[in-house]
Amino acid sequence: MSLDKATVARVATLARIKVPDADLERMAGELQGIMSWIEQLSEVDTKDVAPMSSVVGHVLSQRADVVADGGRADAVTSCAPERVQLGDGAFFVVPKVIE
Amino acid sequence: MIIEGKTGPWEIVIGLEVHAQVVSNAKLFSGASTAFGAEPNAQVSFVDAAFPGMLPVINRACVEQAVKTGLGLSATINEVSVFDRKNYFYPDLPAGYQISQYKQPIVGEGHLDIDLASGETKRVGIERLHLEQDAGKSIHDQHPQKTYIDLNRAGVALMEIVSKPEMRSPEEAGAYMRKMRALVRYLGTCDGNMEEGSLRCDANVSVRRPGEGLGTRCELKNINSIRFVMQAIEYEARRQVEVLEDGGTIRQETRLFDSAKGVTRPMRSKEHAHDYRYFPDPDLLPLVLDRKWIEEVRASLPELPDAKKARFVSDYKLTPYDAGVLVAEKENAEFFEVVARGRKDPKLAANWVIVELFGALNRLGRDIASSPVSARQLAGLLDLIENDTISGRIAKDVFGFMVETGRDAAAIVEERGLRQVTDTGAIEAAIDEVIADSAAKVAEYRGGKQALFGWFVGQVMKSTGGKANPAAVNELLRKKLAG
Amino acid sequence: MSALTDLTIAEARAGLSARRFSARELAAAHVEAMERAKDLNAYITPTPDKALEMAARSDARLAAGQAGALEGIPLAIKDLFCTEGTRTTAASRILDGFVPPYESTVTSRLWDAGAVMLGKTNLDEFAMGSSNMTSAFGGVKNPWRRRGDARDLVPGGSSGGSAAAVAARIAMGATATDTGGSIRQPAAFCGVVGIKPTYGRCSRWGIVAFASSLDQAGPIARDVRDTAIMLGAMAGHDAKDSTSVPRAVPDYEAALGRGVKGLRFGIPREYRLDGMPAEIARLWEQGIAWLREAGAEPVEISLPHTRYALPAYYIVAPAEASSNLARYDGVRFGTRVAGNSIEELYENTRGAGFGAEVRRRILIGTYVLSAGYYDAYYLKAQKVRALIARDFDEAYAKCDVVLTPTAPSAAFAMGEKMDDPVAMYLNDVFTVTVNLAGLPGISLPAGLSSDGLPLGLQLIGRAFDEETLFAASHVLERAAGFSARPGA
Repeated sequence: MSLDKATVARVATLARIKVPDADLERMAGELQGIMSWIEQLSEVDTKDVAPMSSVVGHVLSQRADVVADGGRADAVTSCAPERVQLGDGAFFVVPKVIE
Repeated sequence: MIIEGKTGPWEIVIGLEVHAQVVSNAKLFSGASTAFGAEPNAQVSFVDAAFPGMLPVINRACVEQAVKTGLGLSATINEVSVFDRKNYFYPDLPAGYQISQYKQPIVGEGHLDIDLASGETKRVGIERLHLEQDAGKSIHDQHPQKTYIDLNRAGVALMEIVSKPEMRSPEEAGAYMRKMRALVRYLGTCDGNMEEGSLRCDANVSVRRPGEGLGTRCELKNINSIRFVMQAIEYEARRQVEVLEDGGTIRQETRLFDSAKGVTRPMRSKEHAHDYRYFPDPDLLPLVLDRKWIEEVRASLPELPDAKKARFVSDYKLTPYDAGVLVAEKENAEFFEVVARGRKDPKLAANWVIVELFGALNRLGRDIASSPVSARQLAGLLDLIENDTISGRIAKDVFGFMVETGRDAAAIVEERGLRQVTDTGAIEAAIDEVIADSAAKVAEYRGGKQALFGWFVGQVMKSTGGKANPAAVNELLRKKLAG
Repeated sequence: MSALTDLTIAEARAGLSARRFSARELAAAHVEAMERAKDLNAYITPTPDKALEMAARSDARLAAGQAGALEGIPLAIKDLFCTEGTRTTAASRILDGFVPPYESTVTSRLWDAGAVMLGKTNLDEFAMGSSNMTSAFGGVKNPWRRRGDARDLVPGGSSGGSAAAVAARIAMGATATDTGGSIRQPAAFCGVVGIKPTYGRCSRWGIVAFASSLDQAGPIARDVRDTAIMLGAMAGHDAKDSTSVPRAVPDYEAALGRGVKGLRFGIPREYRLDGMPAEIARLWEQGIAWLREAGAEPVEISLPHTRYALPAYYIVAPAEASSNLARYDGVRFGTRVAGNSIEELYENTRGAGFGAEVRRRILIGTYVLSAGYYDAYYLKAQKVRALIARDFDEAYAKCDVVLTPTAPSAAFAMGEKMDDPVAMYLNDVFTVTVNLAGLPGISLPAGLSSDGLPLGLQLIGRAFDEETLFAASHVLERAAGFSARPGA
């Protein structure tokens, strides 16, 4: 497992973060350094160990089926860099998406 | 179903993935409303819009609806299930991930028995059912260079129901969707409206030579009616056969169904778009269900279509076909039972509901909920038939008036003087008159032309304004004509 | 009155109650001190008007005999907590212009208790760092300097601004968050007290999320009593946070006087690192002696998986962060950098809006979760985490609390350790195990390095046993008698 430029480019696209071509090499080096250090985890014998997904020792609480939120289109869209208002509602606006 | 290709027979293998919007007041992980038709972004909490620091809290009603649906599918309810994040970027997915369930869904394997036109039933396996969030809506046609985003639907609970790839024809797929729709409507867990998008269907289609392993499948999307499910599958199967017979291979891809042209075409998407990087959502804990509670939910289930159909056949002596027609919609079945209750001849009720009532509703473009004739009123009409107040023939006229005016049968019969004539004296008098006026025909009849009997009945009925009791007319006419 | 800014929360509480001064005077003194110490860059957004307004309301409540637990106490809030109507940045450009329309649960509880907000403090961007150097608003100067050395030092991180503000007496106490050591390490570097409570003790609702299974809010203050007072107000179940634990909040302040007679404290052998500076090793020995003198009993324990904690953390935390930070996309809040397509908009906005460390961690996180790597990295790290938690479980059969140094060094100079990300990560070697296991941990100043910089000792407790931490750290605090102040 080595983090080469192509891999960094692929991961950057997955993460939707622009990494200029000129920076790919350096970034690959940095990430490779971190991953090499992380590699030591493979030394640990984890056979028959259940992964810890939560330190909280109890179970998911469920809430009542009551409408107690929303109803404020203005509040929820007013922080947006671009929005368009329509009557009592409003839309978030982005460049046209081709499906 | 076998497709006869140029080079031999091909079998179609179909699996269906249904997304059913859960009936609930609030969303799966937020308290915003799920109601339809609100102003854009008026039903969106900061949690739905994935603002900084917002966290999900699960809605117990959505959990219960998923368990109910699982029980309706005779499926295993998993007492422990886990919510996972499915990570991808799209403007209608505010958090950049969808909360779904990956390796440990709330419901495991089950089955759905589907009813085919031949009258046979086929059991289709269910792989799993899990809960997940719906996405918002992207609106592309309001501006030439921009897309508008409405998050009202973002976060509404969906049940994703995955079948095993056990269907073999478009017909079976259609029957599966019909049954699934009926089931969730019976349970009240989804309103099953494909046109409005509360019930969605993606079809996985592949073809193979009979006896061979599974071929490469394509996923079909953008199907919003049962008719289109069948059409899309038919087209796709034939397309794949053609490709394979020409020596090509099937590319595993997602294809959109174009209902206007009746074809499927590949979706535009980048290959790397599908690395979802699933991992358990650290903002949630495992969902743990109490076995006792699951049993309570099981006990609270309404009678489901298959059980109701069986009961209609055994208790009301209906044909499986008629019973099937009546149970297809819960409201129809309930209507029928009000009409049929306590009746000596429930088949009469079935007939009237299926033929006359449904016929009228179709003509008027109405559903049973807005029927101009109520179940009680129809029952009243059938009472009048059963106690010989009116004949079946007259009843049809009365029904027509009931549909028009919304009034009770008894009132209409009285007002229009439609009571059946059962007085044998009056009937005999009418018969005598007819016989007296048609000596030639009488002679022909007595001479052997038995077919004329119907004409005589018609004449007697005409002279009594259609109100004579047919059975009495038959009996008395036969006697008198016999001489 | 500069003396007002020297008071502890407990002293101010008494003073306000006795009407020796007003809440307004207390707030004004801090506002002035903040202005004078602007150069430290501890605050991203000072809120002097709001502070005076809130102080006036506190004075009214004090007069009416309706004082809350923190009535009139001026606090600094780490700029990771969403504060309604006051811009919140997470020290990142990507949240430019974001003014939250809601208040975090923890800060709501503080305002309900009568506290006064002085402003939002600086931090490492999105809480990712151990030096406060990754902030888009510039680094924070540690009010402490090495004897005879003019170089600016880091306050530690990620809660560098909060720790520096408390140390410099420009806040009486501060809220902070800790994911891998971000409360305890800066508290140690700045000579103040900081506690990361048990995971689930405080609500995470309204706190900008970094790594959901590790993040926890906690207080930084000048002494143990003050942190106990603050934690009492901050803690408690929140139905809006599914990971918040429904457990009553005990009277933490009352636990301070318990003493440690008969308490067993564990000394984990794996924390004796090769190359540990001698003075830190000596301080640890000193801590052992102090507790022994107070009647506690040292126990040698083993936490065998300690050395794997940092690599495990640097898989789990970035993985969760890569997902938590996907929402910063220029669509619904914060900054946007235009693009011709939605993909360009995302890539440009995030490429420009996130700093280098955040970008690095998102990429690592995305990578370790990506197809084919999940089992080898994320799943493996969660298993190692389970082993680390088990190590503590087994240790707590033999002891009641664990004593370690907080950090492997005193505060270092700005600009040091910046060449190699891993060198920076090693700052958290003593603290990260505690987050992975979800346990509570407290750091208190216990001595000075040879060049006059504070050094901290850490106590780690059983889940939800913050009371023992307060009791034991109070004993250490009394024994250490740490009274040095930063000269800067």
